[in-house]
Amino acid sequence: MPLDHETVTRIARLARIRLTQEVQEKTLPGLNSILGFVEQLSSINTEGVEPMVSASATTLRLREDRVDDGHCRDAVLANAPESFAGFFVVPKVVE
Amino acid sequence: MAIYEGRTGDWGIVVGLEVHAQITSASKLFSGSSAAFGAEANTQVSMVDSAMPGMLPVCNAYCIEQALRTGLALGAQINLRSVFARKNYFYADLPQGYQISQYDQPIVGEGAIEVDLPDGSTKTIRIERLHVEQDAGKSLHDQHPTKTYIDLNRSGVALMEIVSKPDIRSPEEAAAYVKKLRTILRYVGTCDGNMEEGSMRCDINVSVRRPDAEFGTRCEIKNVNSVRHVFQVIEFEARRQIALIEDGGEVVQETRLWDTKKGETRAMRSKENAHDYRYFPDPDLPPLMLSEGFVENIRKSLPELPDAKKQRFMADYGLSAYDATILISEQARADFYEELAKGRDFKLCANWFITELLGALNKSGKDIGDSPISADQLGDLVDLMSNDTISGRIAKDVFALMLETGKTAGVIVEEKGLRQVTDTGALEAVIDEVMAQQADKVAEYRSGKDKLFGFFVGQVMKASGGKANPGMLNDLLKKKLAP
Amino acid sequence: MSDLCKMTVSEALEGLSKKDFSAVELTKAHVSACENARELGAFITESFDLALQQAVASDARRASGNALPLDGIPVAIKDMFCTKGVRTTAGSRMLENFVPQYESTVSANMFANGVVMLGKANQDEFAMGSTNLTSAFGPAINPWKRADGKPLVPGGSSGGSAAAVAANIAMAATGTDTGGSIRQPAAYCGITGIKPTYGRCSRWGIIAFASSLDQAGIFTRNTLDAALMLKSMAGFDPKDSTSANLAVPDFAAATKRGVKGLRIGIPKEYRVSGMDGDVLSMWEKGAELLKAQGAEIVEVSLPYTEAALATYYIIAPAECSSNLARYDGVRYGLRVAEAGDDLDDLYEKSRGAGFGEEVRRRILVGTYVLSAGYYDAYYLKAQKVRALIARDFSRAFEKCDVLLAPTAPTPAFALDESPDDPVTMYLNDVFTIPASLAGLPGMSVPAGLSASGLPLGLQVIGKPFDEETVFAASAALELAAGFPGRK
Ligand SMILES: [Mg+2]
Ligand SMILES: [Zn+2]
Repeated sequence: MPLDHETVTRIARLARIRLTQEVQEKTLPGLNSILGFVEQLSSINTEGVEPMVSASATTLRLREDRVDDGHCRDAVLANAPESFAGFFVVPKVVE
Repeated sequence: MAIYEGRTGDWGIVVGLEVHAQITSASKLFSGSSAAFGAEANTQVSMVDSAMPGMLPVCNAYCIEQALRTGLALGAQINLRSVFARKNYFYADLPQGYQISQYDQPIVGEGAIEVDLPDGSTKTIRIERLHVEQDAGKSLHDQHPTKTYIDLNRSGVALMEIVSKPDIRSPEEAAAYVKKLRTILRYVGTCDGNMEEGSMRCDINVSVRRPDAEFGTRCEIKNVNSVRHVFQVIEFEARRQIALIEDGGEVVQETRLWDTKKGETRAMRSKENAHDYRYFPDPDLPPLMLSEGFVENIRKSLPELPDAKKQRFMADYGLSAYDATILISEQARADFYEELAKGRDFKLCANWFITELLGALNKSGKDIGDSPISADQLGDLVDLMSNDTISGRIAKDVFALMLETGKTAGVIVEEKGLRQVTDTGALEAVIDEVMAQQADKVAEYRSGKDKLFGFFVGQVMKASGGKANPGMLNDLLKKKLAP
Repeated sequence: MSDLCKMTVSEALEGLSKKDFSAVELTKAHVSACENARELGAFITESFDLALQQAVASDARRASGNALPLDGIPVAIKDMFCTKGVRTTAGSRMLENFVPQYESTVSANMFANGVVMLGKANQDEFAMGSTNLTSAFGPAINPWKRADGKPLVPGGSSGGSAAAVAANIAMAATGTDTGGSIRQPAAYCGITGIKPTYGRCSRWGIIAFASSLDQAGIFTRNTLDAALMLKSMAGFDPKDSTSANLAVPDFAAATKRGVKGLRIGIPKEYRVSGMDGDVLSMWEKGAELLKAQGAEIVEVSLPYTEAALATYYIIAPAECSSNLARYDGVRYGLRVAEAGDDLDDLYEKSRGAGFGEEVRRRILVGTYVLSAGYYDAYYLKAQKVRALIARDFSRAFEKCDVLLAPTAPTPAFALDESPDDPVTMYLNDVFTIPASLAGLPGMSVPAGLSASGLPLGLQVIGKPFDEETVFAASAALELAAGFPGRK
C-alpha cells in the first residue's frame, strides 16, 4: 500500500527530519518505489526460518570490568556546536 | 488491598512497578569509563559514551554476572540466550539516539518476591522480567533561563530494569515491594540501593477499577526516587484518577511526572507522547550466550537470602516474624544480631538490639554500619544484666552513657558504682531502715493492706540508689514484712 | 606523471628497500599527481603535510633498519574512516567540520605498518549510493573515458578511492563495502577491490552505515597488492564485538597457489535480464580461463538470489535509520537552529539540512520498516529471507570452493545517465549484495573491456574467512585475463 503524505509526515517526525512541502512532494515517489519493490518478499515462504540478525556468527564477547577510558573531556567536547563550563548546551528542554 | 471510597462507591487500585537499579560495577556497561557517582561534568565520558561516529559497544562481563546474581536472588528464570536491542528515540541526554536495552529476549524471565507488610503478613509479588540496559546522561534545566546543559557522566552506566507484574494493590504493598527489592539487591551486592543518588528509581504504573473489575487504563509516573514518594505518588494518582472518572472524565494512557514540591503528578509537557521505539536487535552486539555451569557457579556463590534468613531466625532464635523481619532487613543488622546473640539470651538480645540500639540509631538518622557500639560491647551490657550485676533499668542508663561517652558497660558500671546490691546483710539494713521510718505503713500492711508491698519495694529501691537486686529485694522484703 | 606513481605496492616496496627512491620522493610524486588530478574529485580532504611528515618518518625508520612492512606507501583513506586530527565527513554536509579525536582501528593498523596518508577519499554520503553522486562535496569522476567523452561515474560508494587508485594518484585506497561499495567501483574503474569476510577487519572508528553488513576493504592495482594491504588492515579487535578472533593468514602466499583442482561454482541465477552482453561473455570467458589452468567448473544454484536486493533495501535502511540518529546537532556535526527554537526544532532542522536526498530517503524507509505495525512484515521478514540467502551460499559451497560471477551488470555510465528512480539505481548492486548479506569475502578483478572500451570486473566469492582461496582464484584470473590497464 503506497504511503500517503500523512504517513510520511509521521515518519519524518519520528526520524526528526524536517521536510518542506516541496521536498516531501519530491520524496514520496522514491519512497513508494522502494516500498513497492521490497513488497516482493511477502510472497516468500519463511515459515520456521530463524531470522538472521548479522553476518557475524560469533556470540557476545565480554570485557573485564575495568576503568580504562574517559577523562578526556576536551576531546569529547572538541566538536560540540555549543558547550559551556564542560557541558554540552542545547535549547531549554521543558519536560 | 486498599479500598478507596469515592463519591459513587468503592474503588481498588492496580499497580505495577518498573525499578531501575544501577548495577554496582567499576566501569560502564559498554565502555571503560568510570561509573562512579558525583564526578565533574563530562569527565567520565569516552568517545563511546558520547556516541562519536564509528564507536562501538563492548559488554562488561561483571554487569552481566550481577544481573544474573540478581535474577537468581529473585528466584527467576535465567535465559541462557538473551539479546541486546536498540530502543530508538531522540532525547538531549541520549547520545546515540537509541538506548541499548533488552526487549523480547531479556536475560532474566519470571520470578517472585515475598514482601513483608506492616501488619506482619506477607504477600507474593510476581516479577515479569529483569533486563540489562544503559542509563542516559543528565539534563540540567535550571542553570540557564533559555538553555539546558548536558552531562554525559551517567550515559552508559549499567542498569537493571526489574519489572513487576501488576500484583500490587495498595501504596503499602508498593512501598514494601521497593524496600524488599532493595534489601535483596543489597544482600547480593548488585546495587547499593541508594535512592537519593539515583541508584534506584521507580516508574510506577497506576490504574483504578471497581473492586474485582477488569483493569482500568493506566498512567505511568516516571523516576520516583524514594519509598516515601512511591507511597505518595500512588495515593495521589489513585485519587486523581477516581475523581476524574467520577466527574465523567476518562483516564488517558500517558506518562506523568511527580512534582515533589507540589506533591502531585502532572502530564509531561514534551510533545513526544506517542512513542514508537522501533526496537530491533542491536547489530553491534551478537547474542549473549550463558552456559548452565556458569549460572550454577553464580547460584552457588549467592549468600543466604533475606527470606531464608528470616525463617532461620524465627526457627533458631525463637523470634517473632515482626522482630525477624526487622533484623533481616539489612545484612549488616542480621550479622550484628547473630554475633550479639551468640551464647546469650536470644530474646533479650533481640529486644536490646531492636528497641535500644536501632531505636537510638534511627533517632540520629544512622545505619547499623555507623553504630558507635559494637556487637561485643552491647553483648557485655547484656551479660551484666544476665549475671545480675545490674538491673534492666540501670542497664538503660548505662546504655545511654555508652552512646554518649563511648566507654564500655563494665567501665561505666564501675566508675558510677552501679553494681547491684546483692549483699543480703546490706540490703536487710536498708529494709530495716525503711521499715523503721514507715512504721505506720508496716502496720497497715500487716493488717491486710497487701497493696502496700509495691510501695515498700519502691522505697527500698530508692534508698539503695536503684542498685538493689530486684529479686533479692522482693524475697527479703516479703520475709521481713511478714507478720 | 612520474613513473613512481605507476608502480604497484610491491614494486614500490622493492624500490624503497633498494634505495632507488625515498618515501619522501614517492610521496611528493603522488602529492603532485593528486594536485594535477583535482578535477577527478577523488579527495574530500587532502592531507599532504601529514603525508610528507609520515614519509620523513618512514625514511628515518628505513635508514635505521626498522622499516615496517608497508613503510612509505602512499594511500588514500575513504572518508568513512575516522582519522585523528584529520577532518572526516563521510561525504556529508552533516560532518563538514568534524575532526575526530581518535583513529579508526583499520587506519591505525595501516599506520602501524608504515603507510602514508595522502588524504580522505570522496564517497557517496554515508556510503549510500553506487555512483558517488550523493557526496555533499561533489562527485568523484572515473578516470576512464568513453568515446563520447562524457564524464563517467566511478561507481560507489567508495568512488573516490577507486578513482584515485585507477588514476595512479594513490597506490592503494581503503574502502568500505556494505552492499558492493568496494567491488562495484573497482569494476567500474578497472582495478582490484576486495571486501573481506564480515568480522575480518575491525569496524571500530569506521562511520557506521549498516552495522550488520559494513566491512572495510582495499583497492589496489593488482591482487598481490591487495593481499599485502589487507594483511596490514585486518585482525582481531577487542573494541569491535563482531570482530573475528582469528589469525590473519598470509594472503600474499595465497596469490601464488594457482587454481589446479579448485572447484569454481557458477551460480546460474546470476544470469539476470538487463545484463550487458559484454558482461555475460566475459563471465563465460573468465570461467574458461580458470578451467584452462586446471580448475573445475561446476554449476551451482542460489535460488534466493532474486530476493537479495529487496532484503538488503529493508535491512540496510533499518540499521541506517538507527545508526544515523546520533547526528543530531548536539555533540558534533551540523547544528541548524534559530533563536526561540526548541530542541525538536534543532533536531529536525539540523538533520533536514545536514543529510542529502538519498540519506534522508533511506532513513525514512528504515524508520518506516521498523515502526509499530510494520516491523514483522518488513524487517523481520527480511531477516528471515536473509537467512535463506545465507543458506543458499552454504549449500553451494558444499559443491564448490569459490564462486565466480560478474561484479556489476553494466560498465560505468555517464554522470548524467544515472537513473532518477532509486530502485533502478539499486539494480547496480544485484551481484554484490547477496554475498554482503551472507557476510562472505568477495573480490572484483578487472577481466576485460566492454565494446565501449570500459573495464569490466569479475567477482570471486569465497567461504567465510577463506580469503586465501579468493586470492588464489583472483590472482589466477588476473594472470590469465591479462587486463590491459588504463591507457
Ligand atoms: Mg521502562
Ligand atoms: Zn528502562
